[in-house]
Amino acid sequence: MLGIKRSDLPLDTDAHSRFLPWLIAFMVFLAVLALGGILVLGATAARWDQGVGGTLTVQIAATENPETDQRNLQEVLNVIAATSAIERYEVIAEERMMSLLAPWLGDGAVAADLPLPKLIDVGLDEDAQFDMTAFITALQLRVPEATVDDHRVWLKRLVELIRTVELIAMAVLLFICLATTGTVIFTTRTGLAVHREAIEVLHLIGAQDSYIAGQFAGRAMLLGLKGGLIGMALGLPALAAVGFLAEGLEGAALPNLAFGPVEWLMFIAIPLAVAFLAMATARATVLRSLARML
Amino acid sequence: MSDGTIARFENVGLRYGLGPEVLQDITFQLSPGEFHFLVGESGAGKSSLLKLLYLALTPSRGLISLFGRDIATMPRADLPALRRQIGVVFQEFKLLSHLSTFDNVALPLRVAGVKEADINRHVSELLEWVGLQDHMKARPPTLSGGQQQRVSIARAVIARPKLLLADEPTGNVDDRMALRLMHLLEELNRLGTTIVVATHNMALVDRLGYPVLRLDSGRLTTKPGSGNKSAGREWRESRESVAAQVRARRRKADEDDADAVDPPGIENFL
Repeated sequence: MLGIKRSDLPLDTDAHSRFLPWLIAFMVFLAVLALGGILVLGATAARWDQGVGGTLTVQIAATENPETDQRNLQEVLNVIAATSAIERYEVIAEERMMSLLAPWLGDGAVAADLPLPKLIDVGLDEDAQFDMTAFITALQLRVPEATVDDHRVWLKRLVELIRTVELIAMAVLLFICLATTGTVIFTTRTGLAVHREAIEVLHLIGAQDSYIAGQFAGRAMLLGLKGGLIGMALGLPALAAVGFLAEGLEGAALPNLAFGPVEWLMFIAIPLAVAFLAMATARATVLRSLARML
Repeated sequence: MSDGTIARFENVGLRYGLGPEVLQDITFQLSPGEFHFLVGESGAGKSSLLKLLYLALTPSRGLISLFGRDIATMPRADLPALRRQIGVVFQEFKLLSHLSTFDNVALPLRVAGVKEADINRHVSELLEWVGLQDHMKARPPTLSGGQQQRVSIARAVIARPKLLLADEPTGNVDDRMALRLMHLLEELNRLGTTIVVATHNMALVDRLGYPVLRLDSGRLTTKPGSGNKSAGREWRESRESVAAQVRARRRKADEDDADAVDPPGIENFL
């Protein structure tokens, strides 16, 4: 099966052969969720980083005089136009402001009478140097009513938070690897103890250490692969369920759970990586133990 | 590198942990083609001496060289190759109970990386030869003591070792079977394998007349055999199976009248 050579040791009847795949399955399940989290958070952070980097909003508080308002707007637009790092800008239309406010104030005439500030959505050129302080100073020198709402500050914090959670997820992944390694080490040691006599016979008739280790390693690889596949079979539907539920909450700033081919390959790599990890661990454990024999 | 001796012990002592020496000042030499009995009371150290010979133990002092190489200075990675030239019939057989008779006997060849096709041929021939052809798939626990003994001997000789060590190989069988097993070992000896048989069966020792190594409270005394049957046989490389080699040798012996007084061989073994 799978090109594993026949075994001289009755490893397949060991108790650990039955529980090791399940232990590994649980860990792979967690690993799948952790990896899913890392990928989603990474993509979200990158998206926000990008989306946020280039925008800010200039707000001009309304005065009692509409003419002053009009002049202020023109002054601000002049300053904006004079700033080379600004790629595009757009004055947000009155109707759009009204529609944004409608849920709170209703569609009635009340809203029309309110002194609404002017909002200008500004897009920055990503590549150009933008001096925020100088920009604000220049604005307020001419129009004291103008304030700048920089999205970058709070979005930066949000991205930082995401990055931290991402790091924690990576740590979880690392701990899962360590736990898997530990589990394989202890089951291999049990196997060595249980089959001590058979191993001694193999040893005395001239088996190389690598021959004996190969039997354990081959077995561990099979069990690891089995556990890995079970774990993935449990983990991917769980992830898909989360994705499905998240899609239901449309519009919210929720992460995008649609994975690309590279991401899928990473998921497929998990059981393979676990199988390899189990194999290498078993091999190293047996070799270390045999080195103590003459 | 090799001076032709199979094994050489010089002032070898062995103690387990901090206990007293179970073997003291052991000095002897095994030359190619020799056949020795190793006798002594229970607890005299026979098994310990054999364990030193099959590299299950290292001596507490003294020098052991096998096939001309000092084992104390030999890298550990070289030991498996050395062990493959040594066949061992363990006192308690040490058969792997989860493997069939066939797989047990095949083990030394598998470990040495022999091709499966060759393994099939060699093992089938040898099992037929020791009369176990009907039990190839049987697991050792289902076999009788005598059958297990034969499996154990077959496993020890399958790779045609240069040195064969047998610890009480006649312990579990009646006298008639014991004599037959000894004839099997003699056949192997005629192919050049050096043989050491540890035994309690003094009748057998006297009857076959090979030189005797006697252990007395961990010390060795030697006694030449009554006959000189096994002097200086040479071990030759061969790709044939053990069974085929014995057949070839016996054919030659039949043609050669001088050798016609050989004791009954493997063909009439059972």
